[in-house]
Amino acid sequence: MTQTDVRAVGSGLGRIEGPAKVTGQAKYATEQDDVQDVAYVWPVPATIAKGTIRRIDDAPIRAMAQVLAVLTPDNAPHLQPAEDGELAVLQSRTVSYRGQFVAAVVAQTLEIAREAAERLQVEYDVEPHDVELTQDHPTLYKPDQVNPSFPTDTEQGDVDEALGAAANLVDHTYTTPALHNNPMEPHATLASWDGDELTLYDSNQGAYSAQQTLAKLFGLDPAVVHVVSQHVGGGFGSKGTPRANAVLAVMAARMVRRPVKLALHRHHMFAVVGYRTPTIQRIRLGADAEGRLSAISHDVVEQTSTVMEFAEQTALATRIMYAAPHRRTTHRLARLDIPTPRWMRAPGECPGMYALESAMDELAIECGLDPIELRIRNEPERDPESGKPWSSRSLVECLREGAQLFGWGDRDPRPGTRSDGDWLVGTGVAASTYPAYASPSTATARAAADGRFVVRIAAADIGTGARTALTQIAADALRVSTDFVRVEIGDSAFGQASLAGGSMGTASWGWAVTKACTELREKVERNGEVPVDGIEVQAETSAEIEARSGYKYQGFGAQFAEARVNIDTGEVRVPRLLGMFGVGRIINPRTARSQFIGGMTMGLSMALHEEGVLDLAFGDYVNHDLAEYHIAACADVTDIEAHWLDEHDERVNPMGSKGIGEIGIVGTAAAVANAVHHATAVRIRDLPIRLDKLLGRLPG
Amino acid sequence: MTIRVTMTVNGEPLTADDVWEGESLLHVLRERLGLPGSKNACEQGECGSCTVLLGGEVVCACLVGAGQAEGADIVTVEGLGDGEQLATIQQTFVAAGAVQCGFCTPGLLITAFDLLNRDPDPSDATIREALAGNLCRCTGYEKILDAVRLAAERAR
Ligand code: FES
Ligand code: FES
Repeated sequence: MTQTDVRAVGSGLGRIEGPAKVTGQAKYATEQDDVQDVAYVWPVPATIAKGTIRRIDDAPIRAMAQVLAVLTPDNAPHLQPAEDGELAVLQSRTVSYRGQFVAAVVAQTLEIAREAAERLQVEYDVEPHDVELTQDHPTLYKPDQVNPSFPTDTEQGDVDEALGAAANLVDHTYTTPALHNNPMEPHATLASWDGDELTLYDSNQGAYSAQQTLAKLFGLDPAVVHVVSQHVGGGFGSKGTPRANAVLAVMAARMVRRPVKLALHRHHMFAVVGYRTPTIQRIRLGADAEGRLSAISHDVVEQTSTVMEFAEQTALATRIMYAAPHRRTTHRLARLDIPTPRWMRAPGECPGMYALESAMDELAIECGLDPIELRIRNEPERDPESGKPWSSRSLVECLREGAQLFGWGDRDPRPGTRSDGDWLVGTGVAASTYPAYASPSTATARAAADGRFVVRIAAADIGTGARTALTQIAADALRVSTDFVRVEIGDSAFGQASLAGGSMGTASWGWAVTKACTELREKVERNGEVPVDGIEVQAETSAEIEARSGYKYQGFGAQFAEARVNIDTGEVRVPRLLGMFGVGRIINPRTARSQFIGGMTMGLSMALHEEGVLDLAFGDYVNHDLAEYHIAACADVTDIEAHWLDEHDERVNPMGSKGIGEIGIVGTAAAVANAVHHATAVRIRDLPIRLDKLLGRLPG
Repeated sequence: MTIRVTMTVNGEPLTADDVWEGESLLHVLRERLGLPGSKNACEQGECGSCTVLLGGEVVCACLVGAGQAEGADIVTVEGLGDGEQLATIQQTFVAAGAVQCGFCTPGLLITAFDLLNRDPDPSDATIREALAGNLCRCTGYEKILDAVRLAAERAR
C-alpha cells in the first residue's frame, strides 16, 4: 500500500466530475445513450383548483398518429397506499390543487406527446376553492408534530407575564411568501423495464430511498428496482423524495413496454415538486434595560395541502438561539387547496430566522444597543430548551470575527442618515444556524491487489461536491493519496444511505466511509498484502449514530450585508455580503466556499426577488416560470465572501464536520432587511423587499 | 409535416430526419443527434442553459427552430475542447470551482467562450453583463466570475 501522511481532508481537491461536467459528458437522468427505443411522456395538469374529474375524452387522443398511450385515473395501475399522498398519482378522480397531474400522454416523440397532452379534453365538476393563507384562517389547526418529528409547541415559564413586565418590548409580525426551489435541472426520470426488473435513471437526492419508496408504491421487491442517479442538476430539497414524474414514468414504461423519458417542464415544477410554505410569524421579545431577554415568543401560521400534512418547523431555531427564562413557540397550519409545500433549503430555519433576526435588530434599536452586542448578551450557555451542552457553539466568535472583516466597528447606529449620491447606505447583521444531523449509512470499501481502492455508497452529488469530499475522507481513512481511491455513488445497489438533505450528507456518508475504510486498512495491514481477488469490507453506522447523544449538535454563523437604496426609485442593491461560519472542520475549502456563497446568494435572492404570486381566482402560482419568478442573476451579486472559523468539534462525528449546504441561506434575508432599515429607517417585515414597499417612505 | 435538417455541429456534418417543423434546435441536438451537453431548463430563453453558437452568434437553442439551423455551423459545449485538451475556459471553470451541479455550466461556458473571443480582456462589469442571461442556482456566480477572469489572464 502506498502510505501517505498528507491529509486529503482540508485540501481543496478539485471536483472529481468537473472535467465531465465542463465537456458535456456528465450524463444526467434522461441522457443515457445506451437506452434505446425510448418513448416520451408529457403530463396533463389540472386546470381547476378543487373538484372532481367528470370525464376525460381520450379517444381522439389515442387515435392520433404516434400516440402510444393515454394514462388517466381510469387505466392507471393501482398503487399501494403511501404516506406521501403526492405519490398517489392518477389514483382518484379528485383534484386537490391546480396543476396536479390528472393524466399523461405517451408518444413516439416528445413533441407529439406534448401536443396530444395539450389537446386532451378533461371535464370537471368544479367546487369552490380556498387557497389564501391568512393569520386567522378558519381551518387553522395544531399538527401533532412539526417536521420531521419535533414538538409543535414548546413553552417554559410565563411568557405573557414576562412580556408585560419587560422594560423593552418588540411585538411584530413578519411574513414570507411561497418560495420555489427551482433547481436548474427540472425533475426527470428515464424508466426502463427489462422483464420484471425496473431501472430508473432519476434526478433525486437519494437513490436508495427512491428505490425503497417506489418499490413499495408499486408493490415490488426492492431487489428488482434499480435507481441510478449519477449526476443531479441541483435539488435544494425538492428532489429529496420521489415526485410525480418518477411515478408516471414507471407507469408509462410498463404500459407501453418501452423505456420512457419524462422531464418536467419548468411550469409543472411550480405545482408538483414542492415549494417553501408562505409564513406569517408573530415574534414577541421582552428584555430588561440592559437588553437581557426575559421572554421570547414565536407564533407561526403556515399552510399545508389537502393531500397530506406538511408542517414546516419554522420556529425551531428560536428554541435554541438565545437565552431567556420565559419562552414559547407555536405552529398552526391552514389546510388549503394548494400544492403541498415541501422541503426547501433550510426548511424551518430559513423563514424562521428571517423573522427572529429581524426582531432582534428591532430590539437592539429599542434597547439602544449594537445588534452584535445584544446577541452576545443573550448567548445561552446550554441549549435553552433541552438543557443539553453544545458539542460546540461559535456564534459569538462568528459575530466578532465577521464584524472585524466586514468593518463593522465604526458603524453609526442611526438609521436613514448616510447617503452616497442618490443612494442611501446602510449595514446589517444577522445570525445563522443549522443543526448538525447524521443518519445511518452503509459503505463498502474494496482493496485491489494493485494498490487501488474502490468505495461504494449510495450518496447523491446534487452539486455539493459529495463525490469529491468522500474521496478525501476515504483516502485519509485508508492513509493513501486520493489518486488511489475511486468513490462510486448515486446507485441504489450500494445499500442504505442518508439522503442528500438536512445538511447531513457528508457527515452521514463520511462516517460510514471512514468506518469501512478504517476497517479495510486494518484488515489489509493484518493480512500483510491484498490477495488477487481483493479484500472487501462493508460498514454500517446505526450503532454509532444512536450512541450520539447528550449534546446539542449545531452549526452557527453570522452574516453581514451592506444595502444601498436608491432615493428616487427605491431600488435595493446589495454590494457586499459577508458570512462567517463555525461549522466544524471543512472537508474541502474549494467546494465548501462555493456552497456557502451559493446559499448566501439564494438568501439574497429571497430577500430581494423571490415570491410565488398566488392567483386567488384560479388558485395557482401565476409567475410559474423563470421569466417572472426572479432568482438572483450574476449582476445582483457583487462582492460576496464566505469565511469560517477553525472550529474543532470532536463530538459531532469522526470527521469533526458539520453540514454546510443550508446554513448559508439562514439569516441572509434578515441581514439584508436590517441593512435596508439602517439605510432608510424603513422596516420591511414582508419579503421580498421590493421597491414598491419602500417608495413613498424614504427619508428626505 | 416533417423535414430533414442538415448542419455542421462541432465541425462535423450531421443530419436529422423526420424532424417536426416546430422542434427546437435544442431538442434536435439533445434527442436526435446524441448531443445532450446543452441543457433544457426553461424552454423560454430565460436561463441560458441551452446556449450554443450558431454561425458564431450566441443563441438560446431552445428558441431556435430546427429549420432555422439548416446549413448552420453550430458549436456546443461538446465541441469547445479539441478532443484531447480542454479549452482554456473549461480548464478555468474546473480550476476556479465554478462548477457545482453542472447544469448551467454548458451554457455558461459557451457564453464566456464567446465573450472572451470578442473581448479578451473584459472588465468585471462587462463579464457580468455578458453572463446576465445565464442563471445558476448553485454557485452564487463568484467562482464563475473568477473562472472567466482566470481564462482571460491565461490567454494573455
Ligand atoms: S432552456 Fe433555453 S434559455 Fe432556458
Ligand atoms: S452549478 Fe448548478 S445551476 Fe449552476
